[in-house]
Amino acid sequence: MARASATAVPSTIEGGGRAAPSLWAAARARFMRSGTGKLGAAILLLLGLIAVFAGQVSPYDPVHQDFRIEREPPSAAHLMGTDEFGRDVFSRVVWGARVSLQAGAVAASIALVVGLLLGMSAAYYRGRTDGLVMRAMDVLLSFPYLLLAIGIVAILGPGLLTAMIAIGIVYIPNYARVVRGAVLSVGARDFVEAARAVGARDGRVMWLHVLPNVLAPIIVQTTLNVGTAIIDTAGLSFLGLGTQPPTPDWGNMLSAGRSYIIDSPWIATFPGVAILVTVLAFNLVGDALRDAFDPRLL
Amino acid sequence: MRGYVLRRIAYVLPVLLGVVTVVFLALRLIPGDPAVALAGEKASAAQIEQMREALGLNRPLPVQYVDFVAHLARGDLGRSIRTGGDIRQELIENFAPTIELSIAALLVALAVGLPAGILAALRRRTPIEYGTMLGSLVGISMPVFWIGLMLIYWLGARAEWFPLSGTVTPGLDIPARTHFYTIDGALTGDLAVLGDVLWHLVLPALTLSTITMAIVSRMARSSMLEVLGSDYLVTARAKGLRDRVVVLRHALRNALIPVVTVVGLQLGALLSGAVLTETVFGRVGVGRYILNAITARDYPVVQATVIVVALFVVVISLVVDLVYAILDPRIRYA
Repeated sequence: MARASATAVPSTIEGGGRAAPSLWAAARARFMRSGTGKLGAAILLLLGLIAVFAGQVSPYDPVHQDFRIEREPPSAAHLMGTDEFGRDVFSRVVWGARVSLQAGAVAASIALVVGLLLGMSAAYYRGRTDGLVMRAMDVLLSFPYLLLAIGIVAILGPGLLTAMIAIGIVYIPNYARVVRGAVLSVGARDFVEAARAVGARDGRVMWLHVLPNVLAPIIVQTTLNVGTAIIDTAGLSFLGLGTQPPTPDWGNMLSAGRSYIIDSPWIATFPGVAILVTVLAFNLVGDALRDAFDPRLL
Repeated sequence: MRGYVLRRIAYVLPVLLGVVTVVFLALRLIPGDPAVALAGEKASAAQIEQMREALGLNRPLPVQYVDFVAHLARGDLGRSIRTGGDIRQELIENFAPTIELSIAALLVALAVGLPAGILAALRRRTPIEYGTMLGSLVGISMPVFWIGLMLIYWLGARAEWFPLSGTVTPGLDIPARTHFYTIDGALTGDLAVLGDVLWHLVLPALTLSTITMAIVSRMARSSMLEVLGSDYLVTARAKGLRDRVVVLRHALRNALIPVVTVVGLQLGALLSGAVLTETVFGRVGVGRYILNAITARDYPVVQATVIVVALFVVVISLVVDLVYAILDPRIRYA
């Protein structure tokens, strides 16, 4: 039933009564027409491969120290130079991709799962549940996000895991709001009423009939959020509250590079470029997906 | 209007109480003995007792809560474990420079973002539009702490146009009256002092402005495009009004409303970015204050800072909402 509702009205104009492409096929076709979207997707694919095959891509051990070559500028031997401990910056940027992509993905996933459950419950049950959930979200939103994350890390203790949890919690209201809005618009539709009328239980109605129809805005939100989560977890690491040295993370590499920014700018430059390229790619894909799912915006 | 104001205040009060309750519970619902957990593994018995005393953890939870809210209502934020000082006073000294930096960044963002967005809408499919869109996309993809470091290197160290860090030149004595450095600098009556403060403010403000600038320019462009296509502008043109009058007198006013709304929503983001920017530039501010407190496990300071900054955001958002309602009657009757 949900699948049927996600299908556009059959067109009799094109193809002599043949059904028009489904929402997903149409969105995919529109996405593939977006040059910037494809560029972003290609960059993400490349970054993903670099993160997975970090051991093969990086020429040196990212934590191996060699004080004879500390703070050497970029050269053929060390493409991005070496840092204050003589470690190869390129190798650390490559390994940092693994940590940073994981941090962004985990933080966004925590927010997605909790926000989805809260947003769906609020919109589906309405009334007091809705009021309670949305006021709780308002409370979370009143904190400047980084300060809330800092507060959470202050209690849980610094580290990559707590930084991911902190950023995940901070992002929950974004999802709860988007999902609630989408579910409210879908929940009043006939096919949901019909499912209820034939006796489907709440969980089944939500999972099988409501969720598939609110996926589009959730996918867009998640794509954009992974990007910002990478910046924000890197921000916590920059402040010394996220990934702890010597594990390479773009945020803590920037933090270490700060002390040497005048004499050895490459230490801080390249991890920042890596963050910029990654987040830019997520934004390109996110924007293209938004346009693909909502043709009115084109 | 009075009804709207009362409704908005009635809506904000539970949020304020929610903020206070969340922070209160967060520190006290730690499994085991919160005093031990907060004081750290290596803490001595005396340090644990000091933490228990400072946060009032030795009494039943409801009593602690009532006491906590009562102290807050009186503006009593307790004393810092690290410095022994009055937290309220310390927060005033540290929060003012952060607000100052955020306002400066907002002004830079508006000064650049608004004209860029409006021009992009007026000059569609030209390098101006593409440049603005690309610039805003890159702007929201860059971490502020990296932008800060790059500005320090290129404009500070290489070009030597701006100081590398700090709030004022060391040794320059500025009597602290308002704790806003620009105002205190101006109050000295010495232009050189004010110049020094502003000179130190340029790079941090530019750094912090980037994300807001990107969002403002995007918003200004899309809002302007929407207004430019509306019927009343077609009418204005049909009357024979010149382009400049159509844009400045008719389009701009209405296009600015959504932009102003976005600016109001940026406050929390600006304060967050300010924490990072202050760290990059080694500036006095709430960022350094809370980070020092975390390092020293000074939880009364962490608790007070988070609450006060959140309450500040809620109250400012309320004020901004009320100002909109005065400016735009559609909001209060909606």
